[in-house]
Parts: sequence; C-alpha cells; structure tokens
Amino acid sequence: MRYHHFSVKNWAVAGWQLGWVLALLLATTGADWQRFRGPNGSGIGSGAMDAPGKWTVADNLAWKVRLPGRGVSSPLIVKDYVVLTASSGYRQDQLHVLCFDRRTGKLAWERQFWATGRTMTYPTITTATPTGVSDGENLYLWFSSNDVFCLDLQGNVQWLRGLMLEYPNASNSLGLATSAVVANGTLVLQVENDSQSIALGLDAKRGSTLWKIDRPQKANWTTPLMLSDANDRDAVVMLQSSSEIAALEVATGKSLWRIERECSTIPSSVLADGLLLVPSNGLVAMRTQGTTRQPEVVWENNKLKPSTASPVVWQDRVYVISSGVLKCASCQTGEVIWQVRLKGDFSASPVIGGSYLYAFNDEGVGQVVQLGTDKGELITEENLEEIILATPALVDGEIYVRSDNSLWKISASPNAP
Amino acid sequence: MRCLKILSGCCAILVAMPGGASAADAADVAAPLRTLRAVGNDGSNSEAAAAAWDALSQQPASQLPVMLRALDDAGPIAANWIRGAIDAVAAREIEQPGGLPIAELEAIVVDRTHQPRARRIAFEWLTRADTTAADRLVPNMLDDPGLEFRRDAVARILSSAEKIPADNPRDQRLALYRQALNGARDEDQIKTIAERLAGLGQTVDLAQHFGFLRDWQVIGPFDNADRQGFAAVFPPEEKIDLKATYAGKDPNRMVQWTELRSREEYGKVDLNPLYDNAKQAVAYAWTEFRSSSAQDLELRLSCKNAWKVWLNGELLFEREEYHRGTQFDQYQLKAHMRPGSNEILVKVCQNEETQPWTVEWQFQLRVCDALGTAVYSQPVTGDRNE
Repeated sequence: MRYHHFSVKNWAVAGWQLGWVLALLLATTGADWQRFRGPNGSGIGSGAMDAPGKWTVADNLAWKVRLPGRGVSSPLIVKDYVVLTASSGYRQDQLHVLCFDRRTGKLAWERQFWATGRTMTYPTITTATPTGVSDGENLYLWFSSNDVFCLDLQGNVQWLRGLMLEYPNASNSLGLATSAVVANGTLVLQVENDSQSIALGLDAKRGSTLWKIDRPQKANWTTPLMLSDANDRDAVVMLQSSSEIAALEVATGKSLWRIERECSTIPSSVLADGLLLVPSNGLVAMRTQGTTRQPEVVWENNKLKPSTASPVVWQDRVYVISSGVLKCASCQTGEVIWQVRLKGDFSASPVIGGSYLYAFNDEGVGQVVQLGTDKGELITEENLEEIILATPALVDGEIYVRSDNSLWKISASPNAP
Repeated sequence: MRCLKILSGCCAILVAMPGGASAADAADVAAPLRTLRAVGNDGSNSEAAAAAWDALSQQPASQLPVMLRALDDAGPIAANWIRGAIDAVAAREIEQPGGLPIAELEAIVVDRTHQPRARRIAFEWLTRADTTAADRLVPNMLDDPGLEFRRDAVARILSSAEKIPADNPRDQRLALYRQALNGARDEDQIKTIAERLAGLGQTVDLAQHFGFLRDWQVIGPFDNADRQGFAAVFPPEEKIDLKATYAGKDPNRMVQWTELRSREEYGKVDLNPLYDNAKQAVAYAWTEFRSSSAQDLELRLSCKNAWKVWLNGELLFEREEYHRGTQFDQYQLKAHMRPGSNEILVKVCQNEETQPWTVEWQFQLRVCDALGTAVYSQPVTGDRNE
C-alpha cells in the first residue's frame, strides 16, 4: 500500500511544512510577551505589526485600568490575556494576581494571597517587583516576599510555595527584584542576597524543588538569561552575579562553566546572534561557543555602562541608557556610533519595535527614539503623569505600560475590535 | 489529571443544593479542605491540592462560611490555597441572583474567635455585597485583634477629629485622638496622632508608647575584619559578666561593659558616638526584661547592620546583611518569656564600607505582643535571678 512507501524523509518534510503552517498561524493570531523583557529578555517587540512611533494618549490609548495595588512588575501578554501582579495594604502583604482581557482591559479574574515572607522593600518598589513568567499554559508569579504561585490562564491554582518558610534569610531589605525564567519544565529562581543566597530549580508542574545551589552572598537584582532555547532538553541558563557569570544546566542546576568577574547587579545581560552582552566594567561582549563552553571576550567598553535599565540589541547595534543618555554602539566593536540625551531617570528598561526604541522615565514620560544608521532622533515625548518603573511589554503593535497605579494599552489602532 | 479535576468539580456542583449547605456539600468541602491543610511547605502533594482546589472553587456560595472557618487553623501555605478558592467562589457567586450569604459572612466578621485573616476576607466580600456594612461594623473595631480592622477604625476616628472646627473646644479633639491612640498599632497612624496631640499641647513619649528598650549595657569594639566577626564567638556570647574586661579589636586595648541609656525618640541605640564611628567592628548590647509571667511575646528589631539576638542564651535569629535599609519593626522575633528576669543580648556588626549610607551602627528593639501592643518590663523587686 502506498503509505508503506511514505519514507522517514517524507515524514520529515511533511512535519517541516506543518511546522511552518503552525508558525504562520501563530504569527497571525497574535504574539506573546511571556517574561521580563519579552522573548528571552531581549526587549524586542514581537508580532506582525509595528507599534506607533508617534503616539499620544489622546490618539492611541486603547484602554487604561486602575490597579488595586502597587508594583514594578511588567505585564505579561499570554494569548488573549494581560497578566500582572500587584501588592497592597499598609504592609504591602496582600499579593494580587490580575488577569485582564487583552482587547478590552476588562478584568477576567483576580486572585489574592497573603505574603508569607518579608515584605520590606525600598520605598519606590514593592512586594510586586519581580515580573512573572509563562510557558504559554501556566503562569508563574514570584513576589519579593519569596512567595511563588502557579496558576493556569483561567486563574486555577496549580501550586504555591512560600520559600521564606524554608529559607528564612533568603530576602533582601531593599526588596527582591529578579524575575524568574521557565525552561523545559523547570522554574529557575535566582534568590541572591547578602544573607541566604541561593538559586532554585522548581518543578514547573508540581512546584517541588528539583535543585538548590548556593550563590555569591551579595544582593543582586538581575534576571537569568537563557543561553539555549527554553524547550531544549539540555537547556542552559546563565546567572549574572556580583562576582561572576555562571552557566547552569536547567534540569539539574549543575555548573557548566563560570567566569569570575565583577558584574553589575541591576541591569541584566542580553544575548543576540551568539553575542553575550554583560553589564560589567561598562559593557563586555562575549562570543558564545555553544552553551557548555565558556564564551570569549570580544570587546569591553567602560563608556557603555548601563545605569538601571538593561541593554537591548537590534540589528547589530547595542543600546544602553547611561545616566539618561541613550548610547548606540556597534555589536562588533563596541564603538559608540551615536548618542542622544533623553529626559529623566530610567528604572524601566527600553524596548524596541520596528525601528523605534521606547523608553519610559521614572516620572512617566514616554519617549520614542527613531533608530537611524548615523543618529537617533527623539520623535515622541508623552507624559502619562504617573510614576513608571516597570518595563513595558510590546507585542503586535501594542504597548502595555504599567505605572504605579494603572495599566495602559497604547496601540497604533486603539479602536480595533 | 485535568479531566479528573474537572469531573470532581462538576460532581461538587451537582450535589450542591441551592439555599443552604447540605450534608453532601459538607462532605465535598471537608475532603478538599483536609487535602489543602496537608500541603507541605516544600510543594509536596501539589497535584492533589490542585484537584482539591478545583473542587473547592466550584462550591456554591453557601459553602463560603465553611471555607472561611477553615482558615482558623490553616498554616500559611494552606491558608493561601483556601483563600484562592474562597475568592474564586465569591467572585463568581456575587454576580449570581442569590448573591453571597451576607448574614453568615457578617456573623464571621463580628465573631472574634475566628482568625483575623478569615474575618477580613469575609469583610471584604461582605462590603462588596452590602455597601452599608463598613459603616455598621468598623466603628466597633478599635480594639479588634485584626490589625487591618483596627487601622480602618482608627482612620475613621482621625477623619472625625479632623472635621471638628478649630474653634470647638479642644477637649473634643483631644478625646478622639486619645481614643485613636489607644486603638492604633500601625506606626504611621501613631505618629500622626502624636503630632496632632502635640499640637494640642499633649506630648506622647513614643519610645515608651511602643515599648522600646532604652537601658542597655554595651561592650565593644571587637574585630570584624573581612566580616569574620559575625561568625566569631566573642566572650559576651559565652558568658555575661558585666564586670569583666576583654581584649577588643585593638588587642592592646581592653574593652568593658558601659551603661547606655537611649534618649532617642524611637529608643535608638547608637554605637557610633561610643566607639568613635569604628569600622569593621562588633559590639554587644545586653539588657534584662522582667516578665510578669510566662508568656509568648515578640522582640521587634530594626537594624541595618548584621546582627544576632539571643534570649536567655538561646539564639532567636541572625542576619548577615549590611546597609540595605531599615524600618520600624523590621524583624519580628517570637520570644517566650519566662517569669521574672529574661536576658536579651544583641550583637551588632559594622562592616568596612565607607559610603555615606554605611555610617550607621545602631539598632532599636522593643517588646510587644503579637499585635504590636507594648509590653513593659516589671519593676525590680527582688533578686536578679529569681
């Protein structure tokens, strides 16, 4: 019979074609922003459409909702939902997980929990500072109190942990701000602080601890970076710390390589086209050699020191905000090509969509820089008049901005159904 | 597994009778509640817990009181599981024609034998369903065992006091502020009340009001080079002998115990004036708290240096963190006091950093109950070691 002659090669081709069909379907049904700074922490917008370069609240606000609590965590965009965490109460010990309809901004569901760990933070941040992460099916929400909640997209609780009940000194009096990553069924939590400094791998399905390792005993607010595809069976994650960068096997926490060097503890690293850019002595670029071998330093530039915001790479250029100045440098050489002064101080990291870089300063002024070959041009300044410390999400031409009190959706076509 | 969970939830809905909790309902709720109470801190049994959560979250509104009462003896992990289910049920049922069981919710709110957190959740859903409930209930909550209830009640009194015209007799405002001060436990409200009272000519001794310990014996500096002093055991950790002298950080200089009485508003014990802003140094502070009886209290510490605290020779907690900030009641340490004399020893470590924000070498410590009400040391009447 004919199907007896359908070879392995035929199946492979068919699978490849099916894959493309599925990919196209996904591209046309909307993209996700599933973690801090989007796809592998790149800060690069996803989806088929471009966000508006010139926008105003009057013309481009699709919706705005008031939040029941404060927070610095970024919104997640998963399928038709926008998911956000917040904390409230005099002690900031009421933890909120909020899920909104992406199209309308209507609250789909909310879950509240009590913090089981310390909630003290620096005054400008709150218990809801780490950004959640999703694998597309479940949501993993981590708070500065070291409480972790896993919910599905309908808000059904799958598991929860209160890590300070087990690790009572795994806290930071300024607050934890590191965001989690999830890869190949493991949720990686980098809980680095001055006291009980650890990293954990939790079973994403059940919440149980798969591994725990000790980490440098110094406060750290950076977010892990995947060196491999998150779905790889041998997925590898990189932790950037005060005194080292280290690559770990996600499944086991086993150390694959480690480079001793002083790194920044606030802005996080970024990986683009095999080039690892680490905030360290300004910025250091390293060429990766697979995931299991140490990367090699290509260049260092101490003039490219990111302040609080993390660097972002687009079309072979790296962009950093250093003391309010946006600097554009070559990924090949580290040479600064142009720079433009922005307004204000930046806690939120910039994101790029199309040829636009979006940066929101602490006072709530959204600024858009048109990224040119030889220069950058500030083309938009729009004041949202609320404190903004959270990095926005950027998908399908839509910008989701979280201020201290509100969640905003800014869109090229705000009235689209 | 998911199908089983959904099936379990559907069964729960099918057996639920409208208008009240049936015996079948009670059984449906009891089993999942038992499962959730058994969840460990380590995430074990989470699959069974998720199925139990599904079953609970699909219960009718009539089961909310049972679920709320289950919070009374739930640990922190179980409480969060149960709370999530309560919110899921309440959020769904409040939109239904029958709504929420208002009378039962109110009965839980006013019954102080229930845990404050259970009563608070009941209150929050009650006030969404009945917008008159807060006005009816909050004024009676000034002495509530729940901090959030007290806070609401104090806020109402403060608001009332602010509305009294300035030309009215000051006694009216004084009485309200005094009433608020008795009820308040949150620092921000107490500070506000103290400021208002000061404006009316009445001074509040905040250190006394909060129960800060102000009289200490201190000794130092010992060595904390390379931050090794935190783990090092210096003589005061082995024995308290207030007459002894020891070699200190400078081996050629002996150190001895010195009396220190804090005159700071919040009972701050500042070691810098005594030890000349020493860096890489360790000091100890010792005091005695005389308890009227055997009782479970709290030592509440504020400190931005690395520290250890012992009560009657037992290490209560330690934390090696330097200069990451401090705040009122930063650390709450459970403390079982024995009747009579109790010895409190605090170790405070200063590191090598020289930035402006690393100057402080200090702590504040108060004794209070779980609600934050000050508990005072009893006057000395007999032998120190009675």
